[in-house]
Amino acid sequence: MIVTVASGKGGTGKTTIAVNLALALRNIQFLDCDVEEPNAQLFLKADIRSRKAATIRVPEVDEALCNYCGRCREVCAYNAIAVLALDEDIKKGSILIFPHLCHGCGGCTLLCPQNAVKEVNKEIGVIEAGNAGELEFIHGRLNIGEIMSPPLIRQVKEYINPEKTVIIDAPPGTSCPVIASLKGSDFCILVTEPTPFGLNDLILAVEVLRKLELPFGVVVNRSDIGNDKVDSYCLEESIPILMRIPFDREIASLYSKGIPIIEEKKEYIGKFREMFDFIMSINQKSFVM
Amino acid sequence: MKIIVEAGTENRPEQGEFKMKQIVVISGKGGTGKTVLTASFAALSKNKVMVDCDVDAADLHLLLHPTIKVRHEFRSGKTARIDKDLCQGCGECINACRFDAISQDFAVDPVSCEGCTICSYVCPSGAITLEENISGEWFVSHTKYGILVHAKLGIAEENSGKLVMVVRQAAKDIAEKEGLEYVIIDGPPGIGCPVIASLSGSDMAVVVTEPTVSGIHDMQRVVQVAGHFGIPTKVVINKYDINLENSESIKQICEQADIEVVALLPFSRQVSESIVQGIPLVEFSSNGIAGDIALLWERIK
Repeated sequence: MIVTVASGKGGTGKTTIAVNLALALRNIQFLDCDVEEPNAQLFLKADIRSRKAATIRVPEVDEALCNYCGRCREVCAYNAIAVLALDEDIKKGSILIFPHLCHGCGGCTLLCPQNAVKEVNKEIGVIEAGNAGELEFIHGRLNIGEIMSPPLIRQVKEYINPEKTVIIDAPPGTSCPVIASLKGSDFCILVTEPTPFGLNDLILAVEVLRKLELPFGVVVNRSDIGNDKVDSYCLEESIPILMRIPFDREIASLYSKGIPIIEEKKEYIGKFREMFDFIMSINQKSFVM
Repeated sequence: MKIIVEAGTENRPEQGEFKMKQIVVISGKGGTGKTVLTASFAALSKNKVMVDCDVDAADLHLLLHPTIKVRHEFRSGKTARIDKDLCQGCGECINACRFDAISQDFAVDPVSCEGCTICSYVCPSGAITLEENISGEWFVSHTKYGILVHAKLGIAEENSGKLVMVVRQAAKDIAEKEGLEYVIIDGPPGIGCPVIASLSGSDMAVVVTEPTVSGIHDMQRVVQVAGHFGIPTKVVINKYDINLENSESIKQICEQADIEVVALLPFSRQVSESIVQGIPLVEFSSNGIAGDIALLWERIK
């Protein structure tokens, strides 16, 4: 069972929900896929036991073999290669590679008629793994200045252990990094807040989940601020509301210090377990359907 | 209105004495108050154009209420299509695809396909063509505060960074043409592709953070990104009174990094109330936090 915690709008409480749910359950593997801003470790404080560089493959041209025919530039859909044609006078051309534009499709290597292009590893971030008690923890951290988080997210997800209940903390938004985090999940918890911003971004996230055909439910955080339009939207769209967490200065203060809610407010342990049982029951139904 | 979007004009020299200032509001962590601040700057400033660069979860329009004047399609990237009549089922495309976008029965998953086009080169029977995606829309709109350039990325579409570049360039062109003083940019959360596209070539980054362990962590990363691209950076601590000790740590971190903390804004229920009302905070109220934001604008403008 893979449960991903996502939200259109940032700062609605994804990490709070993911961390507390994970701590309330047993046999958990936790993956923080918000590789641009990984925060779960601030709460879980896992003992990191392994570190591995995350790399993507980018082209490197052997100019001894290259005849500057321009085929690599032609096949590259991302404009990551520029070729200056051979100057007959000096018998030299020039190749420029823009690694940050490369998606690592391997086309230039595959299609170079001179076999002059090979792929080399370029580090884009790091993957760290460890344990917090019996919980297994993995997260990715994108290097500063790198733009492409989906390859790193996919590499974090290679650690998925199907024997465990896997909880994934996703990045905010609705574009590629979110899709990369969601793919292959069995259920998605969408966290929102009852304001026009929360609702607007919830609707966008719901459209994404419907396109991906993933079952999902909504957690309404700070449920007593704003208005009731998130509730009426969920009702109209038959989206289950999994949990409501009222605004509470004590919760905000715990969060600010990096303390999971359930460590101080034990009544939430039962609430998170109930939510998980409810998710399991919804999921069984959606499999039958 | 005619808008020309050109690539590679990022470092165009200033014309004459005219100096336009591009201010981008970012945060690393989501939900710290970027949009509330941007909308207030929009209401407080004169001679400006606004841009919403959070193209995959845009919210600024909910406070500025734009009337769309010009609508543009955002075309970006391609998706493979396999002609089942021509396909011989050899599997070369499946072997070549690095994105696992082609299933064993030769169906293309449009969400996984990154449009690299390699399948079309390796297919021996010419069964694969690539179709251009319409990945979203972008708009030039009127609001009571001035022009807003904004966008809507298609559902589960890619290339948000490229769309950010398109809307920023459009806003810059408008500012140059109309002789506007400011381009005010509402940035996305994170530190990746759309954030870098929002930052590059801007004149000032205003980083909004909050005194939580996550807020501090994410601020440090996004400040490094701004530094990496050489953008002068100022920090705003929002909800500073949620944890005074952490606010103190932020001030120390900023001092060590030689970054000015330009405002400490208190936690206030007025913020969510103004969002529900759908108006910029500085118009919802003129005292308390709204007054602090007005002072903040005077300090950074």
